[in-house]
Amino acid sequence: MSYFTDKQPLVADIFSRYPDSPQGRRSALMPLIREVQDAEGFVNGTHLDEIAALCGTTATEVRSVMSFYSTYHTLPTGKYHLQVCSTVMCSLAGSDELWDHLVEALDVQPGEVSPDGRFSVQKVECLGSCGTAPMMQINDDGYYESVTPGKCARILESLRADLQPLPDNPVPVTVNAEGRQMLANGEVVGASITGLSQLPPIFPGGEA
Amino acid sequence: MTAVAPNPPKPITSGKDPRFAPTLYAHVGQPESWTLGYYRRNGGYEAVKRAFGMGADTVIDEVKKSGLRGRGGAGFATGLKWSFMPLNDGKPHYIICNADESEPGSFKDRYLLSEDPHQLIEGMIIAGYAMRASVGYIYIRGEYVHAAERINAAIEEAREAGLLGQNVMNSGFDFQLHLHRGAGAYICGEETALMNSLEGLRANPRLKPPFPAAAGLYGLPTTINNVETFCAATQILKFGAEWHAGMGTEKSKGMKLFQVSGPVARPGVYELPLGTTFRELIYDWAGGPLEEMKAIIPGGSSCPMLRWDDKTLDTPMDYESIAGAGSMLGTGGVTVIPKADCIVNATWNMVRFYGHESCGKCTPCREGISSWMTRMYEKLVRGHGQPGDVQLILDMSENIGGRSFCALADACLGPVLSSIELFREEYDSLAQFQTPTYPARRRWKDA
Repeated sequence: MSYFTDKQPLVADIFSRYPDSPQGRRSALMPLIREVQDAEGFVNGTHLDEIAALCGTTATEVRSVMSFYSTYHTLPTGKYHLQVCSTVMCSLAGSDELWDHLVEALDVQPGEVSPDGRFSVQKVECLGSCGTAPMMQINDDGYYESVTPGKCARILESLRADLQPLPDNPVPVTVNAEGRQMLANGEVVGASITGLSQLPPIFPGGEA
Repeated sequence: MTAVAPNPPKPITSGKDPRFAPTLYAHVGQPESWTLGYYRRNGGYEAVKRAFGMGADTVIDEVKKSGLRGRGGAGFATGLKWSFMPLNDGKPHYIICNADESEPGSFKDRYLLSEDPHQLIEGMIIAGYAMRASVGYIYIRGEYVHAAERINAAIEEAREAGLLGQNVMNSGFDFQLHLHRGAGAYICGEETALMNSLEGLRANPRLKPPFPAAAGLYGLPTTINNVETFCAATQILKFGAEWHAGMGTEKSKGMKLFQVSGPVARPGVYELPLGTTFRELIYDWAGGPLEEMKAIIPGGSSCPMLRWDDKTLDTPMDYESIAGAGSMLGTGGVTVIPKADCIVNATWNMVRFYGHESCGKCTPCREGISSWMTRMYEKLVRGHGQPGDVQLILDMSENIGGRSFCALADACLGPVLSSIELFREEYDSLAQFQTPTYPARRRWKDA
């Protein structure tokens, strides 16, 4: 059965975000690919034809678009798809060694899935987590940041037991009541700074 | 409050000045900061009310007066950009938020998106109203899944509360906002490539002109701004243009989200007035370097690196001063590079990055960066260098620079040319003796 047959409300919702025109229909291409990939893990075969028909284009075009972007998969990935940032800030923090370690410890090369079906690995470019390098993302589930050897070992151990640890969501800087910036552990940064004032009143010069 | 203008041309450096408190990041990290309830309890959606009271043209004037310049890298005057949108042409207009944050070294937008989505939505309603746009898209990079969920939830909340849709807050203004997820391509940060991606195409950049304000998304008038720019617009409409113009330097107004990465005590995002010095950011705020440094990348990896010395450290971080020092403010993503790391190896990584992200449309970038430049660096780093290799890289750069379709190839030359200029001896050592000045070292370790 085709993927979208019983999901017409979803398809209609996606199309409603774009103009009712041939160009607008084409805009639904990436969201539709994403839907299939989220459900199936990869997009290939008849799904390409189905998406192409919905968007008024050809399967070759769909494949062409998919090949442009790094997060689309035309082949199945492992249950846990580990994406390691390899760009310069992570590299300077040791992501090359992290990558070598993963490839060796999991015995899997990029494009492969480990024999137990559990792991696949991919080198990706900067994921915007440079302040907490090195980092990796697991599936679409979130970032694992400041991945030290010890932390990496704990993550792999959990994944082998099919217990995926919660991703990190550290917040870099918060602001306390005095308007001073502080870290998540409560440490006030900019230690030489004293007495930041409160903000000006909203709407200086009266309500517009 | 009476806005106090700085004393030009001497820049105000600092959060040491009691006039400056963070606004863009004021709620990042607070419990439930991403909910509409929290946002409203903290003065949310008051700015848009004020904008509706002013009228669209006055909003654009207010943004012009504030001195806000684009925070995505180019630094173009935001109010002026908004005024390029045609008036009364009877066509639908679009605004797009560029949330494709993918310049290595930048990570400010991720937290704005996931922790304070309503600030962005409010800024986009204001911008849509000012530019007579009835539809907005937030183009978020595919990897920001958590942020995308938060944005979607916030859009839903705003729609239910009558802040989006027909007749926003009974103002008579209709505005729809949609999230569009990318799928992993650096080039989507380029505005015309982003529009192609939104149209379901491969993200090749388009020829300019026509500029997006004339013919953008679906060939219709479109304006694209960075996440931080829209958020700054919210704050400007909230606290007033004078407040914003009273911070920063003569030509670089307002607060900026600076990001620090590399071996410093407290890497992270810091909201400081434009014109704050590198020294203050790196030492006072980020806690100082943890080892000896040799270079600073001031605004994301495409900005030429600067030598780590007193002159650089005392350079104010504003558009003009950094340009004067030979680089760019970019996204404000400051990275420090340790002395003990091989600069050629680090630059190879950046060249490889731009090579990987080249869209392949034009020859100078596809052949020059993805193929030739990447292989030259690999040759040097792997110990196969020959005398003349560095000159060859320089010759190639001359044939790439300014000859590519979009700015990606030039972005790659930023680190290439600056690192050769500053650290030629490290290149020569590899080219002539096949020996790195600073051999590879173990960097992945437990704290």
